Amino acid sequence: MHELPVMQSILNVILKHAVLHRVKKVHAIGLSVGTLSDLEEEWMQKYFDHLSTGTVAEGAQLRIQWIPAMLSCDECGNRFELDKTRLDGITCPSCGQKKFSLISGREYHIRDMEAE
Amino acid sequence: MAEIRLIEIKEEILTDNRKEADNLRAKLKKTGTFLLNLMSSPGAGKTTLILKTIEQLRGRLRMGVLEADIDSMVDAEKIAASGIPAVQIRTGGFCHLDASMVMKGLDAFDLKCLDLVIIENVGNLVCPAEFDTGAVRNAMILSVPEGDDKPLKYPLMFSVSHVVLVNKIDFLSLSDFDMDVFRERVHTLNPAAAIMETSGRTGQGVAAWADWLECEVKAFIA
Repeated sequence: MHELPVMQSILNVILKHAVLHRVKKVHAIGLSVGTLSDLEEEWMQKYFDHLSTGTVAEGAQLRIQWIPAMLSCDECGNRFELDKTRLDGITCPSCGQKKFSLISGREYHIRDMEAE
Repeated sequence: MAEIRLIEIKEEILTDNRKEADNLRAKLKKTGTFLLNLMSSPGAGKTTLILKTIEQLRGRLRMGVLEADIDSMVDAEKIAASGIPAVQIRTGGFCHLDASMVMKGLDAFDLKCLDLVIIENVGNLVCPAEFDTGAVRNAMILSVPEGDDKPLKYPLMFSVSHVVLVNKIDFLSLSDFDMDVFRERVHTLNPAAAIMETSGRTGQGVAAWADWLECEVKAFIA
């Protein structure tokens, strides 16, 4: 839904680095995105293609690494993946406690770009 | 063909917005104005609850309301009728507010004369969760008819909210909304979230919510 402003800010960062590194053409962009975000890969690429038309990033492929939502048990520190389909009745697989902290899944990160 | 290089970037995508939001919070600290970002889906009862909150806090805090809507003035007119300054931001099709839009909207207020500004964000449980508005606290409303499964569908919204108001609580006996299951789902995502039950129609729970808000405001502007 909000892919457009997010893609615009990705493009801004890419174009800034393209100038810094005297890039003529961007081939691919590596992103890390948490699975708690509601972004859709297909729409991200479509919006990016639309926004990047006429820039050095035109035609660049988005390579998205999805980061799973992980919980850390407040009791024993065990880490395990959050099952988004059922958030109630979750207990730590290691010690059986029910208090957790969310340690990943909200990432929004540009890792790198392949460019010439 | 030219050589292809791998260039490391390592930047957060929404850095610009986060910086703007931090600047705004620093500015609000100086003027002594607490900014509350209120989010929900359309029809959950944001405007009614704001009006009830204004009634409770009138005389205790100096308030203003920043209304965001894709394209209408209806809510700002309702708030202004209660005698509280209201500013309408039309997002022009945007599904959320970001910090720079909020900053622009706040220019219309004399912030030194206000203790609390409530942002009524665009009705939507998806996009507003992604964008830091510069608010000191995020609150969301989930109304009983929407169902207790919403944390499963919109986990990000529940994970960024400091307080979750379960509104239209007067409908609870008519629905199969399971409050215990709902609380557990919210606390799995966000153990620190405060959960309060309210009804904009009957006024149930509004005093407790207003007291919570007043405490937060006083702690911030102290």
